[in-house]
Amino acid sequence: MVNDPHHIGCPNCDTVHRFSAQELTVPTRCARCGYRLTLGRKDAVLRVTMLALTSLVLMGLALFAPFLTLNAGPFESRASVIDVIFGFAEGIMVPLSFAVLFFIVIIPAMRSGLLIYALAPNLAGVAHAPLARPALRLAFTLKPWAMVEIFMVGVAVALVKLAGMATVDTGAAFWAFVLLVLVNAAQDAFMCRNTLWTTVGTPPS
Amino acid sequence: MMTARDHGLLTCRSCGLLAEPQASSCKRCDSPLASRDTASLQHVWAWLVAGLIIYVPANLYPMLRTTQAFRSQESTIVGGVVDLVHHGAIAIAAIVFIASVVIPVGKFIVIAYLAVLLSQPGPKNAHRLHILYEAVEFIGRWSMIDVFVVAILVALVQFDVLASIQPGFAAACFALSVVFTMLSAQAFDPRMIWDATDEGAPHDA
Repeated sequence: MVNDPHHIGCPNCDTVHRFSAQELTVPTRCARCGYRLTLGRKDAVLRVTMLALTSLVLMGLALFAPFLTLNAGPFESRASVIDVIFGFAEGIMVPLSFAVLFFIVIIPAMRSGLLIYALAPNLAGVAHAPLARPALRLAFTLKPWAMVEIFMVGVAVALVKLAGMATVDTGAAFWAFVLLVLVNAAQDAFMCRNTLWTTVGTPPS
Repeated sequence: MMTARDHGLLTCRSCGLLAEPQASSCKRCDSPLASRDTASLQHVWAWLVAGLIIYVPANLYPMLRTTQAFRSQESTIVGGVVDLVHHGAIAIAAIVFIASVVIPVGKFIVIAYLAVLLSQPGPKNAHRLHILYEAVEFIGRWSMIDVFVVAILVALVQFDVLASIQPGFAAACFALSVVFTMLSAQAFDPRMIWDATDEGAPHDA
């Protein structure tokens, strides 16, 4: 039972399950607490890697393209994502700017980078990168701290707040972020712990 | 249903692989192993108290300072919601109110309730506690919405004398409070919820 990938302990309630090789390729839940033990998606490694690559490209685009433009009569004000992050970088607000930078740019980009680093060698059929295992572990740990989707809801709220005093135009970066939210959601649907760990945790054959 | 502990084994909380009781780290993913995190409740309380303390200035100090035609106006979290209601934006007011008041306060209460209950012996309704735990884990990050709204407004509304928005001290306090309560919820070892179910008397590892 020990170190056998067909016996899985539920990380949530500690219940031991035995799965056949067949069962590991379909979605399974813990019989006791309902935790999703396997997502059972085919090509999980390929898709997670590709989606991580996509989200890195989108993040690059989102950072350097115009994000929002505000028009109020003759006045115009533009903001890029960098402006949003460092808009309040003064005095006591500097730590807050760094927090926002981490939540919406660095941590999401880091997750993508770590996943590519840990999984891409497997797709290429070569040996795992050194530190592939801590990289994958960190990618899972960072998940709750990547907040792109929350940021976009914040953007929606801000747009409604501003609707009365000015017109707001959305730039390319805005739409890159919308795509990023969708790509990240798709990626999480393929992040089957059991599949990814079986891939990274066993030597390539 | 048998738990890994009933078998005298350890479950890896990161990848689900089972390990010998004397193993200190997982063979597959290198995560540290422990049958139960016995110090977890202390961590939960420590982060929760930190989050509660910093939530006080988050509500007393202004979140935003709006300057419009030489008149400056400061608004707190609750004040901002009241302003939105006056402007007729009921739906947005509801989103902000739920994200910045209902969720944080609800989270403090639910985490404290779980921590008190888990520190007492006796059978519990594990399924109900588990739903509460999942809800707190899932919902905690969404409180960040208001911080992001502040960041976007500050970046966009910079028309010098005509109108400008500056962030208030409360924004930093509120962000810290969200981070602390997220850490508090993450510190729970959910397996402890299931140890004390109706199925049998709680036992120590």
